[in-house]
Amino acid sequence: MRSFSWRFIRVWQRNRDVFFRLWHSEAPGSIAEPIFILLAMGVGLGAYVGLVNGQSYIEFIAPGIIASYAMFSASFECTYGSFIRMEYQKTFDAIIATPLSVEDVIAGEIFWGATRSMMTGVIILAIAAAFQLIHSPWALAIPAVAFLEGLMFASIAMLFTSVVPAIYSFNYYFTLFITPMFFFSGVFFPLSSFPPIVQSLSWIAPLTPVVHITRALVSGEFQPYLLWVFLLIVALTVIFFYLSLVTMRRRLIV
Amino acid sequence: MSIIKTTNLTKKFKELLAVDRVNLEVEEGECFGLLGPNGAGKTSLIRMITAVSPPTSGEVQVLGKDLQAHARQIKAVLGVVPQLDNLDPDLTVLQNLMTFTRYFDIPKNEALRRSDEVLKLLELDGKRDSRLRELSGGMKRRLLIARGLINLPRIVVLDEPTIGLDPQGRHLVWNKLADLKSQGVTQLLCTQNMEEAVVLCDRVAIMHQGKILSLDTPGGLVSRYAGSEVWEIEPDPSEMEAMVRELKRQGVDFEEVGGKLHLFQTGADQIKGELVKHLKRLRQRPSTLEDVFLRLTGRSLVE
Repeated sequence: MRSFSWRFIRVWQRNRDVFFRLWHSEAPGSIAEPIFILLAMGVGLGAYVGLVNGQSYIEFIAPGIIASYAMFSASFECTYGSFIRMEYQKTFDAIIATPLSVEDVIAGEIFWGATRSMMTGVIILAIAAAFQLIHSPWALAIPAVAFLEGLMFASIAMLFTSVVPAIYSFNYYFTLFITPMFFFSGVFFPLSSFPPIVQSLSWIAPLTPVVHITRALVSGEFQPYLLWVFLLIVALTVIFFYLSLVTMRRRLIV
Repeated sequence: MSIIKTTNLTKKFKELLAVDRVNLEVEEGECFGLLGPNGAGKTSLIRMITAVSPPTSGEVQVLGKDLQAHARQIKAVLGVVPQLDNLDPDLTVLQNLMTFTRYFDIPKNEALRRSDEVLKLLELDGKRDSRLRELSGGMKRRLLIARGLINLPRIVVLDEPTIGLDPQGRHLVWNKLADLKSQGVTQLLCTQNMEEAVVLCDRVAIMHQGKILSLDTPGGLVSRYAGSEVWEIEPDPSEMEAMVRELKRQGVDFEEVGGKLHLFQTGADQIKGELVKHLKRLRQRPSTLEDVFLRLTGRSLVE
């Protein structure tokens, strides 16, 4: 199997330059939405919710909101964003005519998607801290976790992007995969509300492990199973990353 | 030594044989033209030569090295000017070039210097900081060419470089490409513009249905396939059949083109007898590469 080279950084730089040229056209929206969710669900709905451990509802959902919006960032970047660059702007074609390979391009896209996740994670973390919802210094590790999470979701998105016939297909990706995860990965309520079988199923969703880890980093309370959770994220990342390199080569090199 | 050499190069897409055992040698410093109708396989051939499409069989050598094995190294000395605009619409003119210099690992100072140089060369220096949407179609095409030169390539591969340009723009590009050739840069040029091929190319290959049909200097091709002059006659439809029969009998080299007859003349007057009276309605003109193109690749649409 072909791997990527350090030259992927050139693609990352290209995406960074475009992002900082156009950031005002999308970034404010992606900051406003998590704030609305925190306020509506945390403060509004939270007034009616009593948690067993005496935690406030907004405190409970904050880590999940960080993890979810980090997921959204990488997912949008490597579905719609990558697809537009690949199919409409033919940016990938232009780049592979230079010393870069397809694998360098795709790795650059995925690392950029992960960077977007990290940026989103940092911003929401700062907002949550301003709401005084963060109590542990371990929260400083959240940007790194958001980056890893971003690598995972960018890779999964890229795998999907490598097989879709048209840009409309991403509606399925979001309505059938991303949005259900947002609701059923323990962001808004503990998974223990579900029957055991559903609880086990929810571990198939890659957002679930990230929510567990982010929640532990915010509270500073760790349990041994989190190590396995972390390794699960790493394993999924590696698998989907390399799969997407293979399927993207198949799509682009004809 | 030839700078590009293909051996039995073949590309197959499912049922379609796009490129069929092509053997080509492009000499260092020449401008080599690839002519052919739509769907002839030119773009497929070029994509293989520029290492973005793997051959189904056969091989490509560039600078004496196997292309597949040394793709990165070879791509570093190629300048590719694609047919379709794949500039970055979100970046300025200069940023487009600077982004490309990073793909080639050109240090920043050098990159700025070269960017200004290629912008000046293609007379875009006034547009250095413009957004892409402020550029006309012709300027974008020139920017594509400028971008293809940013790595000081030894070989430039151009796919229809003047398509959509006005005459001024076309002549500007032709001038620059001629300059480039005089600096020793090898050019592989795909075109459907016969004038372009005549103006720029040292040698021309005519491609049709995946094969190279003929290869020579533009002048050589014309005298071989279309003589020195073409006489165009437009007979009455009722007389057409008889005339065709008579021309065949006299052994005149001719072609029937949509109600007209093109007679390829090699110099001495070949036409005798009954036919001479038609010469009143005759238009004489020099033979062109277009006559060769049409003869070799057929009159009708190929697609």
